[in-house]
Amino acid sequence: MRRMSNEDKPLPVSRGFVDAIPHNRALGMKVVEFQRAEAVFSLPYDEKLVGNPDTGVLHGGAITALLDACSGAAVFAALTEWSSIATLDLRIDYLRAGEVGKEIRCRAHCYRLTRNVAFTRAVAYHDDEADPIATSMGTFMLGTKAAGTKK
Amino acid sequence: MSLVDRLEEAKRSGDFQALFDLIPYSRFLGLSARMEGDELITTMKYSDHLIGNPALPALHGGTLGALLESAAIFELLWRAETIVLPKTITLTVDYLRSGAPLDTHARSIVTRHGRRVANVRVEAWQADRATPVATAHAIFLVMREQAPPRVIDPLGPDSGPAPAAGAS
Repeated sequence: MRRMSNEDKPLPVSRGFVDAIPHNRALGMKVVEFQRAEAVFSLPYDEKLVGNPDTGVLHGGAITALLDACSGAAVFAALTEWSSIATLDLRIDYLRAGEVGKEIRCRAHCYRLTRNVAFTRAVAYHDDEADPIATSMGTFMLGTKAAGTKK
Repeated sequence: MSLVDRLEEAKRSGDFQALFDLIPYSRFLGLSARMEGDELITTMKYSDHLIGNPALPALHGGTLGALLESAAIFELLWRAETIVLPKTITLTVDYLRSGAPLDTHARSIVTRHGRRVANVRVEAWQADRATPVATAHAIFLVMREQAPPRVIDPLGPDSGPAPAAGAS
């Protein structure tokens, strides 16, 4: 089952996850969906992200960055008022190697939001979410404004 | 020459940088390594493209995760007698404080190296080693690619985990 992409009309707030975040931009991430408590990001295949030059398979670190960024976006998608967030922990299970030359997508869901902490689940896949490359569970601290960033 | 052969060569010559230069993603992150006494220290050189929060500014959590995972893999490659490319099974990262726009260093400890699985703890810090920015524990599959097929279980495939020693 393929979902419709709204890539051609992303929300301004969602575009910020790539435009305003240098590392997301450097990885070539794109925001595909951004709606209530969910985010879908894509990561195009790129030779600079290869972890094993013999096989051309992407490094796990690139997938870690995708899962982290997309999970954080899902938290923002769940918030009703703006808050700064910080990742507390992220556990990633690598289920299989990604395929060479194929874009990786990540769908993240913020399935629980409390006053202080947000909980996320995410899955990274090529075409079919039911055949994942990696899954992750994350927790995020809310309202972690650092000095100098007061509203 | 395969990656494993080139890794063997880098190990023999003691050329850490050659190890990292073989991996495109390590170059993208700006990783390097050095020995400090008995410790293998992996460093991610600060660069603007590693930033995840430009307001603070702070490093992207993914870069810290990738540094920790890479440091663990290089520790396994460096310490192992014969090189087997470790495959990450799980990686759990604890983010302790935001990463400043500085070089970040990582050090790994192999807590267990079994025949099939290795467990590694990793710690990353910046200016002060006593205040780490992130820690991780990772579990790797460390089996050779061309491992001989496992003994066929009379109960059939996927009959669950191998029985404990002594079980009939």
